[in-house]
Amino acid sequence: MAKVLMKGNEALGEAAIRAGCRYFFGYPITPQNEIPQYLAKHLPEVGGVFVQAESEIAAINMVYGAAGAGARVMTSSSGPGISLKQEGISYIAAAELPCVIVNMQRGGPGLGGIQPAQSDYFQAVKGGGHGDYKLLVLAPASVQEMADLMEKAFDLADEYRNPVMILGDGILGQMMEAVEFKEEKKTSQMEKPWATTGAKGRKPNLINSLFLDPLELEKHNLHLQQKYDRMAKEVLWENYKTDDAELVLVGYGSSARIAKAVVDQARVQGIKAGLFRPISLFPFPKNALQEACKCAHNVLTVEMSLGQLVEDVRYNLEFKVPVHLYGRVGGMVPTTRAVLEEVKRLVNGDQGVETHENCL
Amino acid sequence: MKTVYDRPETLTSSKTHYCPGCTHGIIHRLVAEVIDELGVREETIGVSPVGCSVLAYNYFNVDMQQAAHGRAPAVATGIKRVHPQKIVFTYQGDGDLAAIGTAEIVHVAARGEKITTIFVNNTIYGMTGGQMAPTTLLNQVSMTSPEGRTAIPQGYPIRVSEMLATLDGAAYIARVSVHNPQEVSKAKQAIKKAFELQMAGIGFTFVEILSTCPTNWGYTPKESLKWLVDNMIPVYPLGVKKMPEER
Repeated sequence: MAKVLMKGNEALGEAAIRAGCRYFFGYPITPQNEIPQYLAKHLPEVGGVFVQAESEIAAINMVYGAAGAGARVMTSSSGPGISLKQEGISYIAAAELPCVIVNMQRGGPGLGGIQPAQSDYFQAVKGGGHGDYKLLVLAPASVQEMADLMEKAFDLADEYRNPVMILGDGILGQMMEAVEFKEEKKTSQMEKPWATTGAKGRKPNLINSLFLDPLELEKHNLHLQQKYDRMAKEVLWENYKTDDAELVLVGYGSSARIAKAVVDQARVQGIKAGLFRPISLFPFPKNALQEACKCAHNVLTVEMSLGQLVEDVRYNLEFKVPVHLYGRVGGMVPTTRAVLEEVKRLVNGDQGVETHENCL
Repeated sequence: MKTVYDRPETLTSSKTHYCPGCTHGIIHRLVAEVIDELGVREETIGVSPVGCSVLAYNYFNVDMQQAAHGRAPAVATGIKRVHPQKIVFTYQGDGDLAAIGTAEIVHVAARGEKITTIFVNNTIYGMTGGQMAPTTLLNQVSMTSPEGRTAIPQGYPIRVSEMLATLDGAAYIARVSVHNPQEVSKAKQAIKKAFELQMAGIGFTFVEILSTCPTNWGYTPKESLKWLVDNMIPVYPLGVKKMPEER
């Protein structure tokens, strides 16, 4: 298929349809409105259903109902709306229902603003609502990657019976890029014998998250935890010039694009810089990060938050390498110039540090 | 010997957790009898709420989803949109439906979703131990209105049926009671009507059922039935509040 020029949010909507998604329940919020708008127009064309709900809370509970009924279903929102959905997301994770949730992040906290941010990282990767649970979290960095990850998101959701979050931001949602869509898969989706479809010729199915017996609830939690452990093999990442990098920038989504430009500029100035870009944020690509940082004297995370990704980077590097933060927030976007200055400052402060023996 | 009375197929053989004298058991049976009589047990998907009837999924012998507090109509919307040919119902109490779930019930009616809601109104939060509900009567004592509910500042009881009947998307709205055999029979007719109209694709159907809570009201089961008649019915008059026009 030929490439087309498309806005990120619209490309995401198109990719969802091609991934076999036929149900969308949502509520308007900037900067993701083009997703529901696109699907309101195009889902009915393929026999799908678009419902504008009365609230984010209702929308996510409609997702719960539809997912429990066996459908490929999604919702999308941004910061404050995602916060409202957390009750439902916790229930969906607990009841092990597959669905895709898109967060086009905007500046917070509170009502915040409508400009891009990455300050919902913790909320996305640590659970977000009440109880011990995890979402699979995928962080695209281009319109093409958003389209590509959509199908993967639905497949992962079905495979693990778990909600998958696409964690984007206002830049990715609003910008236009060339994108090439895959042909819609005609292969049948996974069987869902657990779904509530009417108990015809079988015992009734139940979609539930209530376990009044503490021992049963603990067993259910351990079962979920084992599932999250199994997800470790789904890690995705990109390395850029990290083989000999003495300074590794780490960023996801829009910030990673800025960091990549900084790597090239730093290389021109003789600085051995590289970029590690996690694409799956949960599971976090720990081994790949450690490998990418094997020569690093310093690691610098670039993020549109005041230090969320940086905590996971430190943790996953097991505190063996100094990890620094360059963050802008509130809808302010890091500039390559400012990040490059930070890179040079770190490299200058690094004089006299011995090169790692593996990297001579 | 001829069997004259038996458990409906739509009820499981599980013992219920309901308190002695609570009318949830009667209402469960009525819903189950209606589903049996319509022959749609294998085509029905139910949604249970949070509250006393949270465990309804153990008692109805149909596919069930358990919903977050107040969200059953949203969950039912998701199910019905995926399976428009199936019969979908929610079973909710007054704390669940008329307080935390007010938005969901109003909008499911406004959209005319082709589902049926069984709304059990006993004027109190039962499961959590007898707190004031939006339907608690004025002067009624509860754990959180220990001196009796006052209109100001605790608010007036909400007449959900009358409120929903103002919405164009609502097809059938009725309030019934189960305090004596005649009313039980009428309640069953209303439930059946609601399911039939859903199956005919007419729109949203809703049956409010006045119910007792002897445990939290502090009366015997028999006194509770009398209290319902003397105090609830004057505030919550029985009858059909909305009926689709003959076509």
